[in-house]
Amino acid sequence: MTDSKYFTTTKKGEIFELKAELNSDKKEKKKEAVKKVIASMTVGKDVSALFPDVVNCMQTDNLELKKLVYLYLMNYAKSQPDMAIMAVNTFVKDCEDPNPLIRALAVRTMGCIRVDKITEYLCEPLRKCLKDEDPYVRKTAAVCVAKLHDINAQLVEDQGFLDTLKDLISDSNPMVVANAVAALSEIAESHPNSNLLDLNPQTINKLLTALNECTEWGQIFILDCLANYTPRDDRESQSICERVTPRLSHANSAVVLSAVKVLMKFMEMLPKDLDYYGTLLKKLAPPLVTLLSAEPELQYVALRNINLIVQRRPEILKHEMKVFFVKYNDPIYVKLEKLDIMIRLASQANIAQVLAELKEYATEVDVDFVRKAVRAIGRCAIKVEQSAERCVSTLLDLIQTKVNYVVQEAIVVIKDIFRKYPNKYESVIGTLCENLDSLDEPEARAAMIWIVGEYAERIDNADELLESFLEGFHDESTQVQLQLLTAIVKLFLKKPTETQELVQQVLSLATQDSDNPDLRDRGYIYWRLLSTDPVAAKEVVLAEKPLISEETDLIEPTLLEELICHIGTLASVYHKPPSAFVEGSRGVQHKRLAGSAGSGESVESPDAGSAAGASEAPPAVIPSQGDLLGDLLNLDLTPPTTAGPPPPPSSGMQMGAMDLLGGGLDSLLGGDLGGSPAMGAGFAAPPAAMPASFSAPVSSGLDDLFDLGGGVGMPMGAYSPPKTVWLPAMKAKGLEISGTFARRAGVIQMEMTLTNKAMSVMTDFAIQFNRNSFGLAPAGPLQVLSPLSPNQSIEVTLPLNTVGPVMKMDPLNNLQVAVKNNIDVFYFSCQYPISMLFVEDGKMERQVFLATWKDIPNDNESQFQIKDCHLSSDASSSKLQGSNIFTIAKRTVEGQDMLYQSMKLTNGIWLLAELRVQTGNPNYTVCLKCRAPEVSQCVFQSYEAVLKN
Amino acid sequence: MSASAIFVLDLKGKVLICRNYKGDVDMAEIDHFMPLLMQHEEEGLICPVLSHGNVHFMWIKHSNLYLVATTNKNSNASLVYSFLYKIVEVFTEYFKELEEESIQDNFVVVYELLDELMDFGFPQTTDSKILQEYITQEGAKLEVAKSKVPTTVTNAVSWRSEGIKYKKNEVFIDVIESINVLVNANGSVMSSDIVGSIKLKTMLSGMPELRLGLNDRVLFALTGRDKGKTVVMEDVKFHQCVRLSRFDSDRTISFIPPDGDSELMSYRINTHVKPLIWIESVIEKFSHSRVEIMVKAKGQFKKQSVANNVEVRVPVPSDADSPKFKTSTGNAKYVPEKNLVVWTIKSFPGGKEFLMRAHFCLPSVENAEVEGKPPITVKFEIPYFTVSGIQVRYMKIIEKSGYQALPWVRYITQSGDYQLRTNV
Repeated sequence: MTDSKYFTTTKKGEIFELKAELNSDKKEKKKEAVKKVIASMTVGKDVSALFPDVVNCMQTDNLELKKLVYLYLMNYAKSQPDMAIMAVNTFVKDCEDPNPLIRALAVRTMGCIRVDKITEYLCEPLRKCLKDEDPYVRKTAAVCVAKLHDINAQLVEDQGFLDTLKDLISDSNPMVVANAVAALSEIAESHPNSNLLDLNPQTINKLLTALNECTEWGQIFILDCLANYTPRDDRESQSICERVTPRLSHANSAVVLSAVKVLMKFMEMLPKDLDYYGTLLKKLAPPLVTLLSAEPELQYVALRNINLIVQRRPEILKHEMKVFFVKYNDPIYVKLEKLDIMIRLASQANIAQVLAELKEYATEVDVDFVRKAVRAIGRCAIKVEQSAERCVSTLLDLIQTKVNYVVQEAIVVIKDIFRKYPNKYESVIGTLCENLDSLDEPEARAAMIWIVGEYAERIDNADELLESFLEGFHDESTQVQLQLLTAIVKLFLKKPTETQELVQQVLSLATQDSDNPDLRDRGYIYWRLLSTDPVAAKEVVLAEKPLISEETDLIEPTLLEELICHIGTLASVYHKPPSAFVEGSRGVQHKRLAGSAGSGESVESPDAGSAAGASEAPPAVIPSQGDLLGDLLNLDLTPPTTAGPPPPPSSGMQMGAMDLLGGGLDSLLGGDLGGSPAMGAGFAAPPAAMPASFSAPVSSGLDDLFDLGGGVGMPMGAYSPPKTVWLPAMKAKGLEISGTFARRAGVIQMEMTLTNKAMSVMTDFAIQFNRNSFGLAPAGPLQVLSPLSPNQSIEVTLPLNTVGPVMKMDPLNNLQVAVKNNIDVFYFSCQYPISMLFVEDGKMERQVFLATWKDIPNDNESQFQIKDCHLSSDASSSKLQGSNIFTIAKRTVEGQDMLYQSMKLTNGIWLLAELRVQTGNPNYTVCLKCRAPEVSQCVFQSYEAVLKN
Repeated sequence: MSASAIFVLDLKGKVLICRNYKGDVDMAEIDHFMPLLMQHEEEGLICPVLSHGNVHFMWIKHSNLYLVATTNKNSNASLVYSFLYKIVEVFTEYFKELEEESIQDNFVVVYELLDELMDFGFPQTTDSKILQEYITQEGAKLEVAKSKVPTTVTNAVSWRSEGIKYKKNEVFIDVIESINVLVNANGSVMSSDIVGSIKLKTMLSGMPELRLGLNDRVLFALTGRDKGKTVVMEDVKFHQCVRLSRFDSDRTISFIPPDGDSELMSYRINTHVKPLIWIESVIEKFSHSRVEIMVKAKGQFKKQSVANNVEVRVPVPSDADSPKFKTSTGNAKYVPEKNLVVWTIKSFPGGKEFLMRAHFCLPSVENAEVEGKPPITVKFEIPYFTVSGIQVRYMKIIEKSGYQALPWVRYITQSGDYQLRTNV
């Protein structure tokens, strides 16, 4: 006999009938009737009309019946608040029942009845139950506090239930402890400022003890709670880790992941040279791998988290590539995640295997999976240079399959490969061009157009190819239109003679016939550039592109830190902070990893490899999909160099192309300016799209003044090293450049002497910097106003700013410069003293200094000796101050002067130093602490240079 | 923290039964679940977490049911999935099969269980053996027994009740090793590992203390003994009865066992194992005419051992017809609904080699559907043998009444995820 019979009564007047049965004298009949009511409720019928009759059945000694009535109450009390009061008496009575099952049931159900009027009656029974002798009742009552708090927080606080709940953390029964922890965590989560869970070493110890004894779920509550604790020091951190690691052997995946969360978080506090740190790293890998044999949904959660862990600590799983190989019967979501992790783990050591696998996957049938596999091959090529050639040939093989979406994906990634290895694989362009017709996705079309434009000079029929795209210009997506515009302009600059018509066509399509502001703006910029200064146009449009970084899709470091604190939760699955998808959690403090409170710098550990190496100089990630538009805009507009007056047309050294350009444009413009008001408007518009670096001449004028002063002699000015030869004449077709850097009145300057050692006149000087560690960039054009005759020298001062693009260099203070003149472009690199970057407001408050000094981990401290320095400590101090190294305090201990100094870099990084000067000892000691320890070496060099000059 | 409500749905998305634990998510939100799932399925982007507005659905599928948890918080997702699978386990123990019918037939117990399994989103008692002590299907009959909470529920030993009695005290230990292998089309082993499991059938009275001794290399290294073959276990997972901190400190596996059947522990061994049954296959597909399959199976294990119930499953195109087989031993059968040839060999001695040939016709019209490349899979069982060489060295049983108890050990090796990719 089964319960399904209760579902079968569907006669009319059913409610009426049930009412009669509920009021029957016979117990058995009553119970049957309640079951029928519940059955109706289950299938979604409204049986709320029976409320009084069902509540009447509440007083029974039959536990099963009681449970059913309670269930009914939970469902309908909210819609019948007045009648729900009727039940209160029975609840209160049941809370005193000799049977603990009934006491617990009553207190559990009462908490689920979300009716305000009832809550006040709840308090007394709840207070008793919290002190009940039976742990089953206590553990139920503990949860009830959280329920009540959810309904009426004030009441719970007024009644002192929170304190009772805190006391339960010390309960003798582990289940009670676990539920108390869960309830407190829940309450704390909705009231982030309540300081409810003020965890201290004593409570932590209690929790760790309970951890060994409670159920698997209780262990999760406790571990999740532990993860919110911040240990006082590395020793406490280690001892907690030691007691949590056994949980990694638990059969329940959720326990394992919560333990991993605690370990990943507390590991931050451990010194990297500690033996235990290495042991812990080793212990983490096997359980993570085992998670991959769990149920698919749990595998998915595990993989999403492993994806985070691999970015944070790549060393943990670097030898475990094989376990991420995709199985035929894996669900698609598992396959895609595994693929992502495979690429993150790809290295020179395992690339052959990875590629073989990817090739296998690319011939599967699942379209999304295949696409991702093809992209993965491209990402491998970019990540592991040694494999690039094999990746490219694999991609070519795949293109030969002619499977439409495979071809398109392959072309998209090949574009990225070209970006990473320019001029290396263009032999494949022919094959790519053969597949032009099959491309129907915008991203693939845009990629192909980019390739054609970029290599226009090597593709004989580039103009025809681009022209073919132009026919349906207005039907293309914006992405393709923008790309086509750029590509044709590139083509024109490379082959001006035969493509004038084409460029004219695309410019007018973009500017006159399009409603898209981005497209129009870009069209006008090109048009204006081509018409005012074709040389500049060439430099802008055909500028050398920054290389794309090898790791794509990296999660931004601060977000990564936050997500590590949320391992196992939805946030870690979505890779989004909880504030992004949980309502009302804005304003909740974002979780951060310990030991990295202030900024991202100190999390950088040398062994964390590329993933963490990004904190100081965020990698310029070229988004692999979607954001091509932004990418292109950046690309083509990176600091334009010369925008000054057009070069004198009379020079004998004029390039052949120049004339062509000039002529071509004149005719272009002549024809257009006449009849096109749109074009006129375009010219009249202020150059808003020009990068800000153009607006510098004012400050450079000032600098010149200061420059004069500096020449006369300002002994306390910032140290500037003597000029050295940066570019020897023999390497630059007769142009010699020597130079130095200086900081004058807060402006960084590059001071150069240009000497013409060639036989002919040099003109058209321009300068451009590669991306560098501190974003140094020219604040204005290079001002060489008159042509430089043979054997003539000229002094030039170039003001710099630090708002340029950032890329970490090695050494850190390395600067790569390109200088152009009418003859050629020349490249050199030089190193600037980092003291140029010390800003004037680098004096720290004493208190702040002390706190910061303590706050920066000792790992980041380094020491250095300066030999043969014969200055007193005061003289040193004033000399250093000239270079914006400020002395904050001085202490003398046993004849040794200790100077505490601070300085601040242009990018806001603070450096703290302790300079020890022993009277009579020419060797000074400098101790340096900084959140970004990699700058230390440069800073020492500056100290030495400043003190010795 | 975890779930706001739990729903059991049928395949059409109709709610069969549900329980609202926290009341912070509108119960009507579940109506969005099925359309969302269908939409994702159509796009081929199926995912275990779906969201609609600020409501998140975490779901699993079991036979003809969906089990769905809803939340609007940053829930512990791994806990929720673990819990959903636990529900499946508990319901299955209660109703044998968990499916639409069993939910309807037992809705009263299901409600009771849902009430006991989770409270306000926090999983509570989920051990079905313990639950069965106070939540029973035949309510009326067992009312007396039900009137008190089994102390076990809140005991530190929450998995075993007191007062269990057996006439003959015995414990049966099964050591089962599953071999997972992934072989590339060119015959190189891409990955292989052993997943072992030690299962107990405990028939012991009282509250016995057990200690299991294995030839664990780490243990031997700790104690300084070094005799005979030892095994390195990469990762070990234990039933909650095992004292994890004790194992962590001195590798002792000590525990009070649950009564009856349980999985005491599982382990993973990452050493390269030679695939026990090696398959070489030649599959030639002649478009529009025929497929010819030649499969050679070789037993790469000790001559004394025998693999039982060996099944080699070879994929064939879905439009193949008119199968013809030739085998040197065993039986080959075409299973058209799975597009497989299943070659069964009842008993396969070590060192032996067998052959199977199959021939199919293909229609002259090309199959429009693109098909994947499913691998060849193999199933087998080799008794009295473990690949890793793991051994139970002792099982000490101490109970305060001092009875003598006998441990019995069985070893078996079987196929796990055993896949060999093919060229076609």
